[in-house]
Amino acid sequence: MPKTIVQEFTKGLWQELPPFRLVLGLCPVLGVTTTMENGLGMGIATTFVLFGSNFLVSMLRSIIPQKVRIACFIIIIASFVTIVELLMQAYAYPLYLKLGVFIPLIVVNCIVLGRAEAFAYKNKVFYSIADGLGIGIGFTLSLGALGAVRESLGNGSVTVWGDLSYNLLSAFPSFQPFSFMVQAPGAFICLGLMLCFINAIGD
Amino acid sequence: MNDMIKMVVVLTVLSSVAGGVLAAVNKGTASQIEAQQLTFVKGPAIMSILEGSTNNPIEDRFKIVEGDAETSFFVGEIGGKTNTIAFEGFGKGFGGDIGVMVGINMDEDKLVGAAVTVHSETPGLGANAKDKPDLAAQFKGLSITDPVIVTKDGGKINAISGATITSRAVCDAVGKAMAAYQKMKPQLQQEIQKFGK
Repeated sequence: MPKTIVQEFTKGLWQELPPFRLVLGLCPVLGVTTTMENGLGMGIATTFVLFGSNFLVSMLRSIIPQKVRIACFIIIIASFVTIVELLMQAYAYPLYLKLGVFIPLIVVNCIVLGRAEAFAYKNKVFYSIADGLGIGIGFTLSLGALGAVRESLGNGSVTVWGDLSYNLLSAFPSFQPFSFMVQAPGAFICLGLMLCFINAIGD
Repeated sequence: MNDMIKMVVVLTVLSSVAGGVLAAVNKGTASQIEAQQLTFVKGPAIMSILEGSTNNPIEDRFKIVEGDAETSFFVGEIGGKTNTIAFEGFGKGFGGDIGVMVGINMDEDKLVGAAVTVHSETPGLGANAKDKPDLAAQFKGLSITDPVIVTKDGGKINAISGATITSRAVCDAVGKAMAAYQKMKPQLQQEIQKFGK
């Protein structure tokens, strides 16, 4: 049964929520979620790339020859990633400094290439845009959630763009922040626990 | 055969268009990016080092190209004398390159200060090189011929606890900047005179 555009969009928010349902693109998930702000920033950058690459791949799907499709996808994706990188440097420099090398690495993010190959190359333009946006926003929310958990346990407080902040220490004065959570091993453990939690809820 | 030609044409056209678009975006954002770097990264570091300067060091800058590296030098006018410059040195840290802005008084050949600009060190450990003044403050007043080595390696700089690699990298960056200064001093003196009153 063909899905509607709305369904293509919403599937990225729960049914195929990356990285919990589609366990893809784990490198940035583990690497940048030291704070909620970084996670959200990374998610937004990836969403822009997903939107752009899904849109172009779908538009050009009748022109791109089957045999060199991956090369074409990579050119398109890499172009969008470079655009994001430049724009971020120009307008959100502090965020760019924190995300660093993970921005260029969006090129090799499996989610982006996976959506181009598995979805955009076979579907109409509007469906592809809906799919890209849905997956992208799902990815942003997941990274934000993971970042929020890690930041609050590791630092004892969560701050997003300087304005929105929440201090765990004021609510639980006896809580001791453990910096383990903002380091790499903490990322694995936190991701594992969240995966477990999401699987326990089920569909 | 037809297939072959199509592949070549599509790939060529796609790459050319992508190249063109990227060149345009790059050109369009270049000046904005430079301005952002000056405000967010170099600006605060420069102002903390060249404290009390009566000019605007961020505007009074010049560039020297050596090999394929280009370094920006920021000129500070302190106490009526245009004799202080600040520039960046780099060292290899735990999570990538660490940039350290170093200020040198050219009359006395002494460091007036150092501040970390860019880094990707672990929050809470290596990141303290930038967030806390303990490490950077130790460089103030050193002569440019003094060795900059952490105590663990037999030097005099106290490393940040739990972040020896970061501390070594910062020392390395300062050391490199000092070496570069010694090499380029005559050239720098020529350039700096253009800013003097």
